[in-house]
Amino acid sequence: MSIVKEIEGILDRAESVNGELNSFLSIERERALEQAAEAERSSDNAPLKGVAIAIKDNICVKGMQATCGSRILSNYKAHYDATAVERLKAAGAVVVGKTNMDEFAMGSSNESSAFGTVKNPWDTERVPGGSSGGSAAAVASGVVRAALGSETGGSVRQPASFCGIAGLKPTYGRISRYGLVAFASSLDNIGIFGQNVRDIAGVLGVIAGRDPMDSTSADVEVPDYTAELTGDINGKRIGIVRDLIGEGLDPDVKATVEQAIENLEKLGAVPVDITLPHAAYGIAVYYIIATAEASSNLARFDGVRYGFRAEEAAGLREMYMRTRDEGFGAEVKRRILLGTYVLSSGYYDAYYAKAQKVRALIKSDYSEAFKSCDAILTATSPTTAFKIGERLDDPLAMYLSDIFTVSANLAGVPAVSVPCGLSSDGLPIGLQLVGNFWGEAEILRIASAYETAFPLMGKPSVFVG
Amino acid sequence: MDVKHVAKLAHIAITDEEAAIYGPQLAGIVEYIEQLNALDTSSAEPMLGGLTAEGEATKTIRADEIRPSFSPEEATGQAPDPVAGHFRVPKVL
Repeated sequence: MSIVKEIEGILDRAESVNGELNSFLSIERERALEQAAEAERSSDNAPLKGVAIAIKDNICVKGMQATCGSRILSNYKAHYDATAVERLKAAGAVVVGKTNMDEFAMGSSNESSAFGTVKNPWDTERVPGGSSGGSAAAVASGVVRAALGSETGGSVRQPASFCGIAGLKPTYGRISRYGLVAFASSLDNIGIFGQNVRDIAGVLGVIAGRDPMDSTSADVEVPDYTAELTGDINGKRIGIVRDLIGEGLDPDVKATVEQAIENLEKLGAVPVDITLPHAAYGIAVYYIIATAEASSNLARFDGVRYGFRAEEAAGLREMYMRTRDEGFGAEVKRRILLGTYVLSSGYYDAYYAKAQKVRALIKSDYSEAFKSCDAILTATSPTTAFKIGERLDDPLAMYLSDIFTVSANLAGVPAVSVPCGLSSDGLPIGLQLVGNFWGEAEILRIASAYETAFPLMGKPSVFVG
Repeated sequence: MDVKHVAKLAHIAITDEEAAIYGPQLAGIVEYIEQLNALDTSSAEPMLGGLTAEGEATKTIRADEIRPSFSPEEATGQAPDPVAGHFRVPKVL
């Protein structure tokens, strides 16, 4: 089939499920068909030639909207391509649309989007997870094989787990953040969703690597990730943190993760007990550092240079204050307030400086653990997808659902979530594999071997692939 | 936490109703994060940013050369109130 015809079909399918799922904020028919025609004309063998991809709406694609799920950027269009997007286009990929998300990537359920909640394709009464819920639902519903999301504390891995697909958070510095709207700069990463791990490997190989436009992107060699998916994980040492498989875990999740450990042993992997003594402090550290950085990063949204401005303010200060009150939603305001508080005069040492020290301890826990194992295994999330509205009144309960994912962002190490089974009520459960710094190939190889040997038995109720 | 005062520092004009909702929620979160105080961190050097050792070693300096950038029209074209290549704002005084 021609690339143009194929992309047309994908755009049709995106439109057909969007009424039900609300996964796309924009479906870019005209631009996508132009890119498809260009890919078709080109005679080269670009690695992602004609591959449709969806992009989270906080990553810039030239000429397309970049709302970040917020009223304050509801009319904003990007002036340039993020480096990851530029590299995808150069590799022949076709951007089919921008996906829904929690406002400014702050949330674990996609319910903080100013443009409505995304529905989980497995059960439309449930959340898809967040903050990259739109990208996860777009892949899980079979519209696209791969999508970009962003990660600050689990925003790719947790929705991947809730939607029964694979999701990768790379090492900090592996993928350029140029063109990713900043939330918490020292924790933010662009991440990748795939229908399977192989899809992720193909995209990662294209977008990874040093970029002069992002001073935090590191000059580290990028391996051929697809070639690394050999299926051979014989002798791989899988670190198990016994304290993390226990209290607070949904019984179905616990049983499925324990089964997954046995499954990995059948493939030749060797479980090794390890400890991460400071992991329990991850959420507390995260909500200090992430909100502090967010309060600073989001200061730029003030109604002067772009975006929404409140009408008829009497003076400049009133304009700033009303623009930000009317432009931001409740969760974003809550986090800006918390971040402003922890950085305010007299509190800096007690909160922010303390959190940076505990963060260093968490990072050294990982360095220590990787002396005796090749990957660390946990559940991705303590529960399966919860019902829409269920956790809205209790922000702390929502934050605690990130307990297994935040430490990888704090330490900077890579981690992947891969489906490992279904709960008794038929909802997907994700297995997390955390790797050593720059060890994406290692965790992708293990995850790929797992999903090939033990594929998920079941399909979402909304599926058009 | 004096929520109204913090909101003023953050340039957000929250209403009394919002303050009444955020106040207890933020107090609960602050109480939760204060568990860190129980931890001895006297031997830890604080992490500054998220860089890995390889990231720290990466050369980030480039030649100081003029490169193309956005035109004034592009830079001001999406402003709520652009005037002749400038950003207009409500009066300051």
